[in-house]
Amino acid sequence: MSAGAIVPEGPRPRHFGWARLGIYAFLIVAALFFLFPLYVMVLTSLKPMAEIRMGGLLAWPSDPTVEPWIKAWTSACTGLRCEGLRVGFWNSVIITIPSAVLAILLGMINGYALSFWRVPWANWMFAILMFGTFIPYQVLFYPLVRIASTLGLFGNLGGIVFVQVVFALPVMTLLFRNYYASLPEELFKAARVDGAGFWRTWFSIMLPLSGPMLVVACILKVTNTWNDYILGLIFAGRDNLPMTVQLNNMVNSTLGEREYNMEMAATLLTALVPLVIYFVSGRWFVRGIAAGAVKG
Amino acid sequence: MAGFRWKTGTVAAAIALLPTACVVLFLFVGGTGWAALVSLTSSKMLANWNFVGFQQYATLFSNPRWLTSLANMVIFGLTYIGSTLVVGFLLAIFLDQRVKGESVFRTIFLYSYATSFIVVGLVWRWIFNPGMGIQDVVRDLGFASFTFDWIVNQRMAIFTIVIAAIWHGAGLVMVIALAGIRGVDAEIWKALKVDGVPAWRAYLHVILPTVRGSILTAAVLMMIGVVRLYDLVVAMTNGGPGSATEVPAKFIVDNLFERQNIGLATAASTSLLVMLLAVIVPWLLLGNARRRSRA
Amino acid sequence: MSQVSVRKVDIAFGSVPVLEQLDLEVAPGEFLVLLGPSGCGKSTLLNAIAGLLDVSRGQVWIGDRNVTWAEPKDRGIAMVFQSYALYPQMTVAQNMGFGLKIAGRPREEVDRRVREAAAMLQLTTLLGRKPAALSGGQRQRVAIGRALVRDVGVFLFDEPLSNLDAQLRNELRVEIKRLHQQLGTTMIYVTHDQIEALTLADRIAVMKDRTIQQLATPEEIYLRPANRFVAGFVGSPAMNFHAGAIEAGKSGPAFRRGELSLPLPDRFRDAGGAVELGIRPEHIVIGTGADALPAAVEMVEPMGAETLVWARVADEPFSLRVEHTVKLRPGDRIDLSFPGENVHVFRAGTGKRL
Repeated sequence: MSAGAIVPEGPRPRHFGWARLGIYAFLIVAALFFLFPLYVMVLTSLKPMAEIRMGGLLAWPSDPTVEPWIKAWTSACTGLRCEGLRVGFWNSVIITIPSAVLAILLGMINGYALSFWRVPWANWMFAILMFGTFIPYQVLFYPLVRIASTLGLFGNLGGIVFVQVVFALPVMTLLFRNYYASLPEELFKAARVDGAGFWRTWFSIMLPLSGPMLVVACILKVTNTWNDYILGLIFAGRDNLPMTVQLNNMVNSTLGEREYNMEMAATLLTALVPLVIYFVSGRWFVRGIAAGAVKG
Repeated sequence: MAGFRWKTGTVAAAIALLPTACVVLFLFVGGTGWAALVSLTSSKMLANWNFVGFQQYATLFSNPRWLTSLANMVIFGLTYIGSTLVVGFLLAIFLDQRVKGESVFRTIFLYSYATSFIVVGLVWRWIFNPGMGIQDVVRDLGFASFTFDWIVNQRMAIFTIVIAAIWHGAGLVMVIALAGIRGVDAEIWKALKVDGVPAWRAYLHVILPTVRGSILTAAVLMMIGVVRLYDLVVAMTNGGPGSATEVPAKFIVDNLFERQNIGLATAASTSLLVMLLAVIVPWLLLGNARRRSRA
Repeated sequence: MSQVSVRKVDIAFGSVPVLEQLDLEVAPGEFLVLLGPSGCGKSTLLNAIAGLLDVSRGQVWIGDRNVTWAEPKDRGIAMVFQSYALYPQMTVAQNMGFGLKIAGRPREEVDRRVREAAAMLQLTTLLGRKPAALSGGQRQRVAIGRALVRDVGVFLFDEPLSNLDAQLRNELRVEIKRLHQQLGTTMIYVTHDQIEALTLADRIAVMKDRTIQQLATPEEIYLRPANRFVAGFVGSPAMNFHAGAIEAGKSGPAFRRGELSLPLPDRFRDAGGAVELGIRPEHIVIGTGADALPAAVEMVEPMGAETLVWARVADEPFSLRVEHTVKLRPGDRIDLSFPGENVHVFRAGTGKRL
């Protein structure tokens, strides 16, 4: 800009820049990549098989139908039984609720005890617990199966809940430990001066303050449990198989012509619960995975 | 009196920690050790304590399927972690440019992370289906000889799993990276402007090194995910075509529950743990040492 | 001619105006301090001069160039920040030389200028270290060094000492003053700390509510504050204020509030009506003059070399500063006089100095 040639008075003019165009182009292309599978899933699930056989993955359904959805929910075969995914759905619900409640409760108490109380061996326990996040699931499968069957917790609802809680312990503990550690210690000291003991302090002081982390932990745990496949497959037993396992059975045990529309409807149905949680909770979900991610 | 109460409080805390302590001691430590011990026996369908030294390991590492699984894991791990980091960080950097509709973009980039690997696998299997998926779409556009059959191609199938995994996980890296970038002091940005540093150099030389901790976190998380990789493969290719997409986790589960070869499965899982630790521990120690030297 | 000139500048964040019709002229080589409480717009003004914030109207000139639309790097400025804003992964030397390197200067020149600046700030032994291995004071020296290396006509400081503890703050303050004397460059310095302002500035611009309340030398601001706000903001311990009215008495004008009647100099003869009277604690004198008024000591706060005494005159509280050698106790009766040349009178409502 030559000195004094122009006399700027107003705000700096906004130039249309190629750089900005490039930024938006990149973001939109990326967004299309991320949306593409959802688009394909929804469209395919609404097409009759005749239309799918003609190809045209991206084409709008000319004769939309909800038939595949109904079939996936009520009468699709998942292995030997043909009662649809609703069985798996309810199994998942029944598995998820006690797993989440127990894991969160334990995580909360652990986090509280670890941040405010000086139990001599607690730091060792926490260190090993964190180390546990690095152990691949598969390492523990054999011992877990043996221990669980000894305890009568293999192949039944108790078994899958037990395993779900065990594997969630490290993250839940870490989540609440970090959260409680961020609270002012004076609060705890004040309660101690007032004569409150371990449980009293937790129940009257810490629990009422745990709201935000409870929401985050709940979202995280429910989503994780719902999306689990391998633990449900191994530990839940034939009558309690969660929705993901039933979905995979349904798709992979098909004989004869595959009903892609129904498969996609079933896939969407399985994804529905976490997706609804995601879209409704928004920022809380992000906080959850960010908090879960920031380890050690 | 206060001292007494304090003591009972600590006892109560210890009791509260007891269930977790049991899990840690008996399951995490005991279980890992137990599995390692079993891997030294000749256990087949039922566990026995007939110790045979490292024979299972010898069998394991001469098993072509295990070696293929390991190779696949390495290929998958390198391409998946590398590309997801790059894609995730690019998304974060582009989102950081004060774009309109940032929250809409963010929502779109992350929703896939909320879905199960089974869901991810099934939908991408459908998209990659050579008969009716992308290949068909492009052929319909007039490119009759267009071929995109990676999912049934021995050499390329593993990369279809990489693509699906990137789709699932890039949003997570984006969130971690964006949090890191946004955590950079606003005055650093001002200093960069006063110094006249162009945006790309600012990101490359100043911002990226500053959020190195976030990168490390994301990488470790993904590494654990790579070792655990199972659901996605089962849903997408079930290890095929041939053994082109076999992975260690699947090898272990198959041997444990279908092939009834407990000794081999525990040998495989123990070697997996050792390999994972051999990569992660030095890396974490290095990161810690660096952090300490800076502090 | 001014080195920096801000002409009729408006800045708004969205619909919230932050600066309105602001004018400011800074002479070459001048050390100007922008002083004010947080939210007064002082940092905004500095950022606008730096080009880090766009003005919505008006002009900014640096030297003889209109830089209103120019990029920060092209304005001939350097800036030092409160949080130091050092690039964490670069060594001290790299931090200082980064701007020049980006500008494509030859390596030898960059090295030479980094070494010169480092010598000036006693940083030479630290050149190879990273910011994390430095103390707060050292970091801020590096940040100042980074500004020096840019070799520009105008230095901008945005609360550079606010993150440091009291002692380091004093040391660096002296250092900055020394640099200014040595280099003779124009410096604009934002702070909320009046001690920094009074000790460093050639002129102080006291800001509040988007405008400059007073722009004058430190002495002028201390002795003749332009309004009630400046009077209350500058000076520690704070000035005594009492609302009341000026009445024309037999022996000249007097300030009246309840039982209190304080004779005023003749210059207030024509200024009737509601006013606020102000006098600094250090200007109230014990036991001299015919005008002295009786007072009762209420409380005594020893502050080391001096003692702050709280006393009531005709039931109105006043604080005064006395030498530590003056021993007073609550309940003591003393006489106080209020030298006319140090009494300030502000119009009630507008707060303007009379």
